[in-house]
Amino acid sequence: MEAAQFKSDQYVRFCPGCGDHAICAALQKAMAEIGVETYNTVVISGIGCSSRMPHYLNTYGFNTIHGRGGAIATGVKTSHPELTVWQMSGDGDCLAIGGNHFIHEIRRNVDLNICLFNNRIYGLTKGQYSPTSPKGFQSKSSPFGTVERPFIPAELVMGARGTFFARTLDVDMPNTVECLKQAQQHKGASVVECLVNCVIFNNGTHNWIADRETRAERTILLKHGEKMLFGANKDKGLALDYSKGVIPQLIVVAADDERVLTHDAHTEDPTLHRMLALMGQERFTDVNNADIEQTLPVALGVIRDVEAETYDQAVGQQIEKIRENSKVKTFDQLLGTLEQWEM
Amino acid sequence: MQKQTVVVRFCGDSGDGMQLTGNMFSSLSAILGNEISTLPDFPAEIRAPQGTLGGVSGFQVCLGNGVYTPGDKADVIVAMNAAALKVCTLGSKFNVAGARYDETESMYKKNAVVIVDTDSFTAKDLEKALYKTDNPFTELGIPETVQIVPVALTQMTKESLKDSGLDNKAVLKSRNMFALGVVCWLFARPIDKAIHFLEGKFAKKPALIAPNVKVLTDGYNYGNNTALNINTITVEKAEDLAHGTYTSIAGNKATAWGLIAAAHKCGKRLFLGSYPITPATDIMHELAARKDMGVMVVQAEDEIAGVCTAIGASFAGDLACTSTSGPGLSLKSEAVGLAVMAELPLVVIDVQRGGPSTGLPTKTEQTDLMQAVYGRNGECPAVVIAASTSANCFQYAYEACKIALENMTPVILMTDTYLANGTGLWQLPKLAELPEIKVQGVPQELKGHYNAALRDERSVRYWAVPGMEGFEHRNIGLERDSKTGAISTNPENHERMVKARQAKVDQVADRIPLLTVQGNTKSDTLLIGWGSTEGHLHAAANELNCALAHFNYINPLPKNTADIIKQYKKVVVCELNNGQFATLLRSKVTGVDFKQYNEIMGQPFAVERIVEHVKSL
Repeated sequence: MEAAQFKSDQYVRFCPGCGDHAICAALQKAMAEIGVETYNTVVISGIGCSSRMPHYLNTYGFNTIHGRGGAIATGVKTSHPELTVWQMSGDGDCLAIGGNHFIHEIRRNVDLNICLFNNRIYGLTKGQYSPTSPKGFQSKSSPFGTVERPFIPAELVMGARGTFFARTLDVDMPNTVECLKQAQQHKGASVVECLVNCVIFNNGTHNWIADRETRAERTILLKHGEKMLFGANKDKGLALDYSKGVIPQLIVVAADDERVLTHDAHTEDPTLHRMLALMGQERFTDVNNADIEQTLPVALGVIRDVEAETYDQAVGQQIEKIRENSKVKTFDQLLGTLEQWEM
Repeated sequence: MQKQTVVVRFCGDSGDGMQLTGNMFSSLSAILGNEISTLPDFPAEIRAPQGTLGGVSGFQVCLGNGVYTPGDKADVIVAMNAAALKVCTLGSKFNVAGARYDETESMYKKNAVVIVDTDSFTAKDLEKALYKTDNPFTELGIPETVQIVPVALTQMTKESLKDSGLDNKAVLKSRNMFALGVVCWLFARPIDKAIHFLEGKFAKKPALIAPNVKVLTDGYNYGNNTALNINTITVEKAEDLAHGTYTSIAGNKATAWGLIAAAHKCGKRLFLGSYPITPATDIMHELAARKDMGVMVVQAEDEIAGVCTAIGASFAGDLACTSTSGPGLSLKSEAVGLAVMAELPLVVIDVQRGGPSTGLPTKTEQTDLMQAVYGRNGECPAVVIAASTSANCFQYAYEACKIALENMTPVILMTDTYLANGTGLWQLPKLAELPEIKVQGVPQELKGHYNAALRDERSVRYWAVPGMEGFEHRNIGLERDSKTGAISTNPENHERMVKARQAKVDQVADRIPLLTVQGNTKSDTLLIGWGSTEGHLHAAANELNCALAHFNYINPLPKNTADIIKQYKKVVVCELNNGQFATLLRSKVTGVDFKQYNEIMGQPFAVERIVEHVKSL
């Protein structure tokens, strides 16, 4: 299939320069490569800039109400597991007003592909801080800086027993397409955190890692089964250091160090996945951390991808099993099971 | 003694099994040919401290011929402990120091038979129930016309089960069966029928059959042999019922089965998204157990997710429902608005309880009417209908599904605690005989040109669902262009769309039955009610020899509503709220002086109070 088949007739109204344009194009490309027909694909969204996405995709789409995309997507997928269901959401829609639905769709492991557009700001309401804005962040609703601690989405996903987490940058089309495709292949709730730039209200929020000059040194693209190497010349690697106290620490070593780890996204134990996902997050959780020296790279790519029974399959299978074993199959037969008498 | 109808009230501690006993006696009576109407009345706490006034649980049933309500006051009381006797005797004044029997407050008549367990009136029991003296009967001022029947229930139950091998706790739990045995004797119920019924009840716990049958039989024989100093009572059998097969059913179960029947009739899968809330939860329980009928239930993370999963299932093509009570309906408001805007079929069941806020969770009220009709942002019309008996919850749940699927609209079905927990006789239907459901579809010629704004000549949107090739579209909660379905902020378009959604709900009036008048249609006086009060208003209209117009369709109203109301001089709208339906009618029917009778006590109407009030107008 071609990406063009997934383009709707609607004019794309994201602001010029918004990171959502890139994710939109990546979605169309990924959907075409995945190859599920447009009519068997459903895209659900809540409210926010990213939630306009269904309008630009030539699939079945439903742009619903603020925060509830996760619950509505759960209803679509659970009732019709044969459909491929995507959810488009932002850091406000998904982590603030829709936080409850977000953790429960992950906990249940509903087979959804959830794109979490994280620009660390409320764009559509014109510039308030969000649950992922760093502490101290100044915005229209926090003119003197926020005093609250932000979420790190990966930590929330793993805390909710998530089975798939990937992270990508709007400016990195190949990795975005790859993460979206793997999210679709994964059976269960797949969360892809798309770090997107808000050109109007939070321009450059991800520059520290998105900048083309320094990206290779400040990020690491994790791939299952491959050594954890990074740097422009792939001269650095990640290893575990067991020398400092009880809890091992991730450290940067030379690429040829025998301790360099190989990425295993399929390990059920989330400990290392969590450590990898939290690398380099200090800078994004507190504005005062902008100047601290940071040696660990921010992890991109598919960090966690483990198998577990999906809710939608389990619900359907339980019904099928009980129906098969039941002698009562029609409504009239059901009436026959009641204590009844002639009057 | 032969009676047309008799009211029996079982009351005891929350742990005494009064609901089970009452239900068994009611079902047994129904099997033996009586009409029944029941009123479970229990506290919000699962187990209040044993023997206290707050822990009294009651179950009232009216049986006989021509039964419309569970009765205002009991003819027979079974009081399992001292606290229960106090609550029954003093009614709502049970907490007032020094209160004495008063005919208007008491739950039983002044010539009632009151059976008490004498073993539950020890000094300690009296203390727990806050008696001041050691003579409860005198202290409560129970008149001499009341016939007190003392029975050593606990002792005799222990005696009956001394060789059963059951532990003391299990033995004490069987006291209710001894009481049931005595009552069966009092009403001349054949003991073999009662035993047969009991065996059916305990079919899944066979070890409990023998001891319970033993206690029941001993209770029955106690009445029979010792010839308790009371006359047995025979009750008339039902005469006016249509010949057919009947069962007794509670409103919540009837609601659940109505939804299942609709799904099977139209060939769609039934999906329920719900969250536990008193008194609606039994609908979810019933549907979760009906996987054999292909029902899918999602117990969601909250009320909002309950309705939203249902909206998702509806978008994907299921018959989707959500069940809740007033507080949950408040939480679902925005999502119901989405279903109105997206024009998706959705059934929302509101089992009303006392409000506002958490209010009276286990009590009955009709206070969500305005919330159901108007409680959403924007111009947001939805269809609102109401069941009026426990049994016809089936019919109106079915009707809610039919209207939703044929008209692409949310339908709010109103029931309440009284209907939900109460039981009544239900004539079993046959699926083939239920009305056809013509699910709204989409013409094939729209393939390739479809969008979510396209509607038919009735103003009903065409419904295409995922999986249909060539009908891909975007649905939205934003306003859409009336032709292209795309987001639109055009002023004229918005007004056009508001009117189109209203027209769609209004035309439902063409498809519902006209309002009928019960009772003496020639009278000057018309009582008006809606929902669960039909039985009480029917009985009141009979006593007043006046007319009654009872509404099951609230929005839209039946087309002949104004014509009927204007035929009467005195129009009294009776409801269990502060006048919500009266307010609605005043806005729809002009030139009528609507009078009101309202009770807001968390209880069903008392027929005698309605009669008294209407006479005084």
